[in-house]
Amino acid sequence: MSNLLGLEVKKVTETPPEEVERVRNWINSEEYKEKNFARQALVVNPAHACQPLGAQLCAHSFEGTLPFVHGSQGCASYYRSTLNRHFREPAPAVSDAMSEDGAVFGGQNNLHEGLENAVALYKPKMIAVFTSCMPEVIGDDLTAFIKNAKQKSIVPKDLQIPYANTPSFNGTHIHGYDSMLVSILQTLTEGKQVEGRCTGKVNIIPGCDFNTGDYREYKRILKEFGVPYTILADVGDTFDSPCDGTYNIYAGGTKLEDAADSINGKATITLGPYATPKTFNWIKDNYSGKHVSMSMPMGIEKTDAFIMKVAELFGKEVPASLKNERGRAVDAVTDSHQYMHGKKFAVYGDPDYLTGYVSFLLEMGARPHHILCSRGSKKLEKELQTLLDGSMYGKGCKIYMNKDLWHLRSLVMTDRVDAIIGDTHGKFAARDAGIPLFRFGFPVFDRVNKHRYPIIGYQGVVNMVTEICNKFIDIKDETCEDRYFEMMR
Amino acid sequence: MSDKIRTVEGITKESTQAMIDDALSAYPEKGKKKRTPHLAPNDASSGCASVKSNKKTVPGVMSARGCAYAGAKGVVWGPIRDMVHVSHGPVGCGWYSWGTRRNLMSGIPGVSSFPMQFTSDFQEKDIVYGGDKKLKVLLEEAHNLFPLAKGISVLSECPVGLIGDDINSVAKQSSKDLEIPIIPCNCEGFRGVSQSLGHHISNDTIRDYIIETREFAEPSGPYDIALIGDYNIGGDVWSAKSLLEEIGLNVKSVWTGDGELEKIAATHTVKLNLIHCYRSMNYMCKVMEEKYGIPWLEFNFFGPTKIRESLRAIGERFDDVIKEKVELAIAKYEPIMQAIIDEYKPRLDGKKVMLLVGGLRPRHTIGAYEDLGMDCVGSGYEFAHNDDYDRTAPEMPDGTVVYDDPSEYEFEKFANALKPDLIGSGIKEKYVFQKMGIPFRQMHSWDYSGPYHGYNGFEIFARDVDMAVNSPTWKLVKAPF
Repeated sequence: MSNLLGLEVKKVTETPPEEVERVRNWINSEEYKEKNFARQALVVNPAHACQPLGAQLCAHSFEGTLPFVHGSQGCASYYRSTLNRHFREPAPAVSDAMSEDGAVFGGQNNLHEGLENAVALYKPKMIAVFTSCMPEVIGDDLTAFIKNAKQKSIVPKDLQIPYANTPSFNGTHIHGYDSMLVSILQTLTEGKQVEGRCTGKVNIIPGCDFNTGDYREYKRILKEFGVPYTILADVGDTFDSPCDGTYNIYAGGTKLEDAADSINGKATITLGPYATPKTFNWIKDNYSGKHVSMSMPMGIEKTDAFIMKVAELFGKEVPASLKNERGRAVDAVTDSHQYMHGKKFAVYGDPDYLTGYVSFLLEMGARPHHILCSRGSKKLEKELQTLLDGSMYGKGCKIYMNKDLWHLRSLVMTDRVDAIIGDTHGKFAARDAGIPLFRFGFPVFDRVNKHRYPIIGYQGVVNMVTEICNKFIDIKDETCEDRYFEMMR
Repeated sequence: MSDKIRTVEGITKESTQAMIDDALSAYPEKGKKKRTPHLAPNDASSGCASVKSNKKTVPGVMSARGCAYAGAKGVVWGPIRDMVHVSHGPVGCGWYSWGTRRNLMSGIPGVSSFPMQFTSDFQEKDIVYGGDKKLKVLLEEAHNLFPLAKGISVLSECPVGLIGDDINSVAKQSSKDLEIPIIPCNCEGFRGVSQSLGHHISNDTIRDYIIETREFAEPSGPYDIALIGDYNIGGDVWSAKSLLEEIGLNVKSVWTGDGELEKIAATHTVKLNLIHCYRSMNYMCKVMEEKYGIPWLEFNFFGPTKIRESLRAIGERFDDVIKEKVELAIAKYEPIMQAIIDEYKPRLDGKKVMLLVGGLRPRHTIGAYEDLGMDCVGSGYEFAHNDDYDRTAPEMPDGTVVYDDPSEYEFEKFANALKPDLIGSGIKEKYVFQKMGIPFRQMHSWDYSGPYHGYNGFEIFARDVDMAVNSPTWKLVKAPF
């Protein structure tokens, strides 16, 4: 016997079927739920990724920008393939492939060589550098490294190289998004503030949003208003690019010039208050014009608030087209409310999505029965509770902060709901509970084109209501007895 | 191995070298010097690698490679179905590799199989104070909540090695306390140059902690074999295993697709190890050969030509009973395979394919394409070693381009020059080429299809290749205006 654990040699055994059956039932029980919720160290099926993923999404949102991972190449491959799978689009990014010697000597040589090669091969207008674990643990000094790269003429002196520290052992992808965004804006706007100048534009910060349709929707709404805008930052075209026989490595993104001038904007609105607090605080201190932080406009009420805010900031009437659009969305809602009213949902996701889901469900007369966030703050909990308290449909609904999708499974198995709103990772819990899963969040690896359908604005309401109600009707058609199978629903 | 040297019309060593030189001309001097030895025309007659491999990735070039952790979690350990695999460190690595390899598994999820993400979700304080105490608690919790898990693997992510945690002693103590095998695997992503070292480290942990700790309950027989290096992508193992059983072999364990820990632990008693993915598991085959005298044989279950060759080679290792069954199986399936070829070959004959996959398929699948009448005009690996490229040389037509760990820039350049009708590579490459209007199939994950192994697999492979190459959607790419 050679094993290092000193294990005794035993026969190969099969678990008896009755034991499998016992455990199968046990994991659905109240007793198991208690044990499960008592976990202190083990995380099972978390609903969040790490900071650099969000940083990469942000980097892709700027014109001609190459995301650059300072760290191991495996990290870059993981972020890239995650974005590839969700958007079904290319996600070009490089890494400086740090390895063991980087751990000993630091990553400056890798960074410099990487910058030189990346500039030569991919000719970026900007390189956005962010970090994975290794340089964070060994304490690489990015400020010095990048300064040195310019001093040694490894990269052109005028090449913009914003950088962000995005340690994976802190926060989630939304925090990486925030750090990268503030760094890019600080870099691009440096020295661009002009006394007395006003672009007349609104700066819209959608936050760490993985739905390309949302970005298009913001732009469409503002066009209807006749309000000029700069989206900070716009990943809509990057990850929804045409298939026309040519590959454009930089398919979209906010123009660097527009981002630079955004500091002279008439107003800045963040619609991702939980995904961009750092950015917003910095903007408040540095940007001209008015500054507004408000919820992601999901559902009628939150969209109304956004529309009214734009009208107020720009002294404009809400245009007739948007009034009609609201009317049509409300028509869709009232026409179909009966299929959602009173239905119980379990919802989970990033904070900005969560406040949207909850608000939308409550206004439909549905119940967000289990609300779960795998990295949530007291502030988020309070905001969600306020939403619940403001509606009779919020009674009995519970908020679970810093819990994972194995907790969610216990919840939906012991205290049943009609559906889950989340992302692909919820599919095991949904299957075990025998209920549908609505994939409005991120990531979606197992359905096509979801990211092209906005979930914000009035159009988002129509999309969500349609998908949810038709699914419930499908279930009825698929499962009812023959005698109840009828033409109309 | 093919005995005839093939060529592709219009491709010579000179034309390929010119194409390589053109791609390299964009590099700065240092980058060019580093990349040059990794790109070369194939020398089919030499039977030798024409490129250098298993070297550090050049920074900044956009490589497709992953890391040692990816090789351990995604490839070797992750597919074992009756274990809890803990991604030890920050949340990301485990999250990105959760369900993204398609190593299917039998069992009841969360009860007797664990296609889930288990992590210690390191926070700042774990980096500062170390994660060993957390690991100990976590192992206990995993054992209590998943009592039917036969063991736990602890797969280290970068910070664990950098801060000097001692997962080995935690695993040893917890293993004793909980009375289940807990295997520490020091597969931090910064180790080595690619996934490959992760495979090696994982093989070593199987050697050090697992093998020989179990014995099969039933007496051993003359036809006991193990299926090594098949990860059950899209059900490959189930297809391969049924074919091996049909020729009379007794598949005692599978490494590691749909694998079971205890059966893997008892593999030291089989008579022959059959290895599909040489790159990721040759290490343990060699250990079992040296230590227990178990011979091993590489085989190839892609496409009827290679399957036939492989089945006969396997038969040669056994008596007439098996040999006869091999011939019966070949006779049974070949007409079915011919019907498939008759259906698809007219639409695929002479079409060109380029490949870039991990460590096996860039050579192993060439025969299957050739069965359909297609030519491989370029092939390369993310993380192969010299012995893989040696094995590749005779499989590829002479003079075609061989690329090791190519950058996306090089791959795109080659595709633009060679104008292939199909590219078989990974998710990171897929949409780049599809935007260019080039048909593409993911060759790591079978593009959410499969199995591709065995006779059953070839029918699906042929259908998928035809579907990709001949889809009418490609005709829509160019607008008429």
